[in-house]
Amino acid sequence: MGSLELKSIRKAFGTHEVLKGIDLEVKDGEFVIFVGPSGCGKSTLLRVIAGLEDATSGSVRIDGAEVVNTPPAKRGIAMVFQSYALYPHLNVKDNMGLGLKQAGTERAEIDTRVAKASAMLSLDPYLARRPAELSGGQRQRVAIGRAIVREPKLFLFDEPLSNLDAALRVQTRLEIAGLHRRLKATMIYVTHDQVEAMTLADKIVVLNAGAIEQIGSPMELYNRPANIFVAGFIGSPQMNFIPAEKLGQSGAKTIGVRPEHIALSRENGAWKGRVIHVEHLGADTIVYLETEVTGLLTVRLFGEHRYAPDDVVYATPDKASLHRFDTNDRAIA
Amino acid sequence: MSKARAAPLRTALIHLALIAYTVVALFPVFLTVVNSFKSRNAIFREPMAVPTPSTFSLVGYETVLQQGDFIGYFQNSLVVTVVSIALVLLFGAMAAFALSEYRFRGNTLLGLYLALGIMIPIRLGTVAILQGMVAAGLVNTLTSLILVYTAQGLPLAIFILSEFMRTVSDDLKNAGRIDGLSEYAIFFRLVLPLVRPAMATVAVFTMIPIWNDLWFPLILAPGEATKTVTLGAQMFIGQFVTNWNAVLSALSLAILPVMVLYVIFSRQLIRGITSGAVK
Repeated sequence: MGSLELKSIRKAFGTHEVLKGIDLEVKDGEFVIFVGPSGCGKSTLLRVIAGLEDATSGSVRIDGAEVVNTPPAKRGIAMVFQSYALYPHLNVKDNMGLGLKQAGTERAEIDTRVAKASAMLSLDPYLARRPAELSGGQRQRVAIGRAIVREPKLFLFDEPLSNLDAALRVQTRLEIAGLHRRLKATMIYVTHDQVEAMTLADKIVVLNAGAIEQIGSPMELYNRPANIFVAGFIGSPQMNFIPAEKLGQSGAKTIGVRPEHIALSRENGAWKGRVIHVEHLGADTIVYLETEVTGLLTVRLFGEHRYAPDDVVYATPDKASLHRFDTNDRAIA
Repeated sequence: MSKARAAPLRTALIHLALIAYTVVALFPVFLTVVNSFKSRNAIFREPMAVPTPSTFSLVGYETVLQQGDFIGYFQNSLVVTVVSIALVLLFGAMAAFALSEYRFRGNTLLGLYLALGIMIPIRLGTVAILQGMVAAGLVNTLTSLILVYTAQGLPLAIFILSEFMRTVSDDLKNAGRIDGLSEYAIFFRLVLPLVRPAMATVAVFTMIPIWNDLWFPLILAPGEATKTVTLGAQMFIGQFVTNWNAVLSALSLAILPVMVLYVIFSRQLIRGITSGAVK
């Protein structure tokens, strides 16, 4: 139904190279998420796949067919944009049907497909409305509906949840996950939010400065980050990085330990420190420490804990969950 | 402005300034219209007075309608203005779209070149334009005026419209591309409706100088069949005797069509602005 193969994709704007040779394979039915800080080239990569930008060099294959010279409408893709990008002059029904109408699909077929998509997304009451008369969440559902109606080989999502408020974001995230299960379609999704990436993806592609840092399932990235960048990017709050020499460890330059893999005690432990700040989140308590050995340290405790600034505490890392990085910031296996 | 922030004195001063400006701006119009309804003696005796039963006279309007083909002049002016605006908007918007949407070598330079006309008055080229029109056999045709006015209006149109088109969401245009709309369909169906307020602004800025122009009709199309209203009104201004009744009546009449056009465009302008504000 929809596989994608990228081979050494490069993209430069003038002398500035945005994508520095991307190789990627996406299998049929996979949910792949491109994640990375802003400016890492993830949106540009999505646009190259869609055909909205031309790659400077490289090859894009959809279902085995080279599409570098195929216009976006003929690539068998559908895209959902961050700003919804609904046609302001058309009602919901026509917004969803326009792509098929342009492709010369029969009226009856368009109606069936629109009806199916609108039922799936509970958009039936709004079919006659214009985008201006819809709320943000409804607009994004229409945009998703517009993509479903085309029955594409590839769904492309460009930060679709960024314009929604927090509650709606969670709800729409669930809908997208449900949609993927039901349609079994190949989906490529761009986001800068690592929570979205972790919760939705079969496979996460971490991008930084135009190159792929690591590809893997969410748990692979969490448990076995390939380098310091991925280790710092995946997981929240961020992993603590401690220069290895401070801990007297040899054979590594940096030691990484996730905030949730550190235990705190008032009596004894490995690193003595002073509490600087505490964040009570109900389910979690985040404690920031200044320790004698490691400097600033973030610790995440589950449940409620009564720590206050200036308390003296001892932190002990879980030995089995330490990450070690060499002088090139690569993980040591 | 909210009530809480509006100091009464400040508001009063602002309104005073605005009222003063309105009075100054409307005074010549008022003088023209009022005097067009008075007899010749009354115009000279008391130019500021409003017409009374004894001074009221329609002699100016009668002269205008009897002498010369004023209906024809109006038609000429309307044809020239409307066709020129249409061409300026069409070509200006197309050029602006190309400049704002597509990356190509020399984009910025071309934009500057097209905007150059804002700084250099087209009248400097009158002699060359006249020579060109003579060579092309276009003298004494409305086509010559339309061509010149289109050229005159384009630089500002491109300048204003390309700024506005940059604000149209890229996502929307890309969504159109993915749905298989051609670049023309994207331009006409997605982009143009969204820049309508800017189009109205350009239309108003283009229309008024064209309607009021005396220079090019006098030089390029002074023939009876192609006279515009402003040129037609000039025939009442003589070297020694000026028929003020007729001149003022002709000018009063000339205000009407341009006001109608202005009302049409300004409504578009306001509708565009408010629809954009609510998003």
